Amino acid sequence: MESLRSRWFLVYTGIFGGIIVLLFVFGITESRIMGFTGLSRLLITYIQLAMAILPIFVLITTVRSVAGDREAGVFEYMLSLPISLAAWFWGKLLGRFVVVFLPVFLAMLLAVAWGLIRQAEVPWGMFAYYTALLLVLAWCFLGIGMLVSSLARSADVAQGAAFVVWLTLILFLDLILLGVLIRESLSPEVAVAIALANPLQVFRTAAMILFDPQLVMLGPTAFIILDFFGHAGYMAWALVYPLLLGTLTAAFGYTLFRRSDLP
Amino acid sequence: MDMQVAIQPTASTTATMISFRQVAKRFNRVEILKGIDLDIPAGSRVALVGSNGAGKTTLIRCLLGEYNYDGELRVGGLDARRQREQVLKRVGFVPQLPPPLRMPVGQLFHFAASVCGAEVGRMEAVAQRLGLDLSQLRHRPFVRLSGGQKQKILISIALGRDADILVMDEPAANLDPEARHIFFRLLAEKPQDTVMLISSHRLDEVASLVNRVVEMDQGKIVLDDRVEDSIELDSRLQCRVVLIRDEPAFVKTIREWGFSAGASDVEWEGIVAGPDRLRFLGMLSRYAGLLSDIHMERLQTADG
Repeated sequence: MESLRSRWFLVYTGIFGGIIVLLFVFGITESRIMGFTGLSRLLITYIQLAMAILPIFVLITTVRSVAGDREAGVFEYMLSLPISLAAWFWGKLLGRFVVVFLPVFLAMLLAVAWGLIRQAEVPWGMFAYYTALLLVLAWCFLGIGMLVSSLARSADVAQGAAFVVWLTLILFLDLILLGVLIRESLSPEVAVAIALANPLQVFRTAAMILFDPQLVMLGPTAFIILDFFGHAGYMAWALVYPLLLGTLTAAFGYTLFRRSDLP
Repeated sequence: MDMQVAIQPTASTTATMISFRQVAKRFNRVEILKGIDLDIPAGSRVALVGSNGAGKTTLIRCLLGEYNYDGELRVGGLDARRQREQVLKRVGFVPQLPPPLRMPVGQLFHFAASVCGAEVGRMEAVAQRLGLDLSQLRHRPFVRLSGGQKQKILISIALGRDADILVMDEPAANLDPEARHIFFRLLAEKPQDTVMLISSHRLDEVASLVNRVVEMDQGKIVLDDRVEDSIELDSRLQCRVVLIRDEPAFVKTIREWGFSAGASDVEWEGIVAGPDRLRFLGMLSRYAGLLSDIHMERLQTADG
C-alpha cells in the first residue's frame, strides 16, 4: 500500500497509460490504413516499448524504495514491531509486484477494451502470452532489484548498481554478442547460451516469435534456438527462466537481508 | 571522557529483564560498541545518555534485534536477534526520528495493533489523551503530520499495548508541556515491573523520569548510577513567577508552557509537570536577570 501512494507510481502509471493512448492515436489509425484488422500491431509495439522501459523502471524504483526506506528510518521502526523478516521481505516484494505489474496490465486491458469497442479483431492468444511475458519480466527484475537492495547499504549505491546491472544486460544483447563472437572466435552455441541467459534477450526473442515464428529477424542464431528448444519449447522457456531467475535472486536477497543488519 | 566506572547492577534482588554480556558491534573497521556489560532488572527506568556517536542508537538497535553483534544479549531469557519476534512482542519502541510513512494514521494504528496483537481502541485512547483529534487525523498520511503529532502517534502505539519493555529515543522532545505531562502520567500508569530505557543526549531532559543513569561514551559505559527517584511521574507543581519588568521574549516562552498572566503583567502562573521541573528551571535560568520571585508548590494528586 505504501508503494501505491508514492509519486513514482503515478508517474509510472502515467507513462504506460500514455504509451497506450499514443499507440491508439497513431497505431490503430495506421493499422487501418495498412490493412491491419486487429490489435496485433499495437500489442507488438507496446510490448517492445514495455520491454525497453519496464526493466530499468522496476530496478530503479525498487532499489530506491527499499534502500530509501532503510535510510529514512522506515526499517528501523517497522522492524521494531514483531513482524517476521520473511513476511516483511516477501510482503514488500509481492506488494511491489502488484504495483509494478498492475499499470502495465491495465494499459493492455485498455487497449483490448478499446479494440473491442472499435470492433477490431483481438488476438487473444497474443494478448495472453504477452501478459504472461510482462508478468515474468516484472517478477524477474523485481527479484534482481530486491537482491541489489539487500547488497547495497545506501540508496545511491543501490541505484548505481541497479543501473550497472541493466546496462550490462543491454550490452549483452545479440548485436554485441555477435561482435564478441567474431573477435574471440567463440562457438555459436556459447554465444547463444550467453544470450539466452540474458533475460532481456529472452524477452526480446519471445516477443518476436509470435509474429515471426521462424525468427527470421534473428538470422542464423534462430537455427540454434529453434533446433534446441523448438517453437513451443522456446515460448515456455521465455516464461519459466525469468520466473526462476527472479525467484532465485529474490531468495538470495532474502538470505542476505535476514543475515545482515536490518536498518 | 576517559573515566571508566565499575558497573554495579542496581537492583540485584529483582529478576534481570535485559542482559548485555560483552556485546560488541563494529561497522567495517570502526568499533561502535566495545564489549558492553549491562544488566537491567524488571522495573528499572534507565536513562541512556551520551553525546552523538556514543553508541546509544547502536545499543538500542542491538536490543531490538536489528543489528548483528558479538557477545550475548538476552531479553527475558530470549536471544534478542535470533528470537527477535518473541522479544519484540514485549517491546514498545518510540524512535527519535519518525519514519516517513505515507499510510494514513488510522491504517497505521490498525497495522501496528494487528502485528502486536493489541487493540486499536487502546492505542487510539492514548492518542486522544495526548490531545490528538483522531476524527481529523485518521485519514491523513502520517508523513504529513507535524513533528509533535507524529511523536504522539508513535507514543500511542508503544504505550497502547501490553509491552513490559519500553525503549524510547528522546520521546518527549517534540511535545508541548501539557502533552509532556500527560505522557509522564501515561508512563506512571504502566505496571511497576515495566522496564523503561530512555535515550537522550541531555540528562536534564530525562533525569526526572528515571531511577538509573547509564552514560555512554565512545562505545563504552562510563557511568552507571542510581538516581534518587522521589519525583512521582504524575506529580504536578503549581508555579508562580514574578519578573522585575515585562519582557516580550519571556512572555512568548512562558505562554508555551501554558502559563497565564496573573494580577499584573510581570506576574505569571501555571502548572508544571513534576518530572519537567528541571527543564522548567533550566528555561527560567535563561531569564535569571529578570526574575524577582519564584514559587513552586506540589499539588496533591487524586490518590493523595
